[in-house]
Amino acid sequence: MAEWFESVYQVLGRDFSNAGKVSTSIKDTLKRIGISPAVVRRVAIVSYEAEMNLVMYATRGKIVLSVSRDAVTLKVEDEGPGIPDVALAMQEGYSTATPEMREMGFGAGMGLPNIRRNADEFDIRSEVGRGTHLFVRVAHRQDSV
Amino acid sequence: MATMTRLNRLTLADVRDLLGAEVLNGDDLSIKVEAVGAADLLSDVLALSKTGTLLLTGLVSTQVIRTAIVADLCGVVFVRGKKPGPDIISLARESSVPVLATPLRMFEAAGRLYRTLSETT
Repeated sequence: MAEWFESVYQVLGRDFSNAGKVSTSIKDTLKRIGISPAVVRRVAIVSYEAEMNLVMYATRGKIVLSVSRDAVTLKVEDEGPGIPDVALAMQEGYSTATPEMREMGFGAGMGLPNIRRNADEFDIRSEVGRGTHLFVRVAHRQDSV
Repeated sequence: MATMTRLNRLTLADVRDLLGAEVLNGDDLSIKVEAVGAADLLSDVLALSKTGTLLLTGLVSTQVIRTAIVADLCGVVFVRGKKPGPDIISLARESSVPVLATPLRMFEAAGRLYRTLSETT
């Protein structure tokens, strides 16, 4: 396995027909380079929830996947409305989703809590009117490769 | 974990027969069902499901298949006679996600699987 690997994926807001494509491709990549299935699943869930948030709320954004010897990290940066109260948004069930988002099976206020649950390290910064930056690290052991 | 042992005896072919379901994608119906879940909220599936879970859902969208891929589900059953469109089926084919469709409602479909699993102890 490569010692270090980084890949950048662009995501467009409101592009519902492609929503989730980036995350399935991230999942394929991690599998292919030999990351353990449990870690791949956690990263894929984080990535998918983040990608759905981006598609639902932001104008555009990117997901940066990095793999090092001991961890997989995702940096998700978007241009969008931002989150006025991050602590509130982290609460399970708190949501600002539209009926359209809920019809797709998302927007019930579980996304960010799901992301945090699967992360070993989690950081979120948001500026209203500018956008949101999310950082997630999931540890993996080299010996599991 | 008794439930898991029972569930290990259930295959997708059994599910097809129990639910009178049509197989819309999937060549290998000998795949074992490790657990069953019923949900229309995909974030709940991502939060609560385990690898190998069979999802019963009344939600019809490509996001259901993407969720199945991301969460390593063993298959999807669309309930209430809902027919997924060609975009959903082609995504399922590309990514080898078994898809079934049953005329039964969610409650009835979940009930039949639950009853069978309880009886086969």
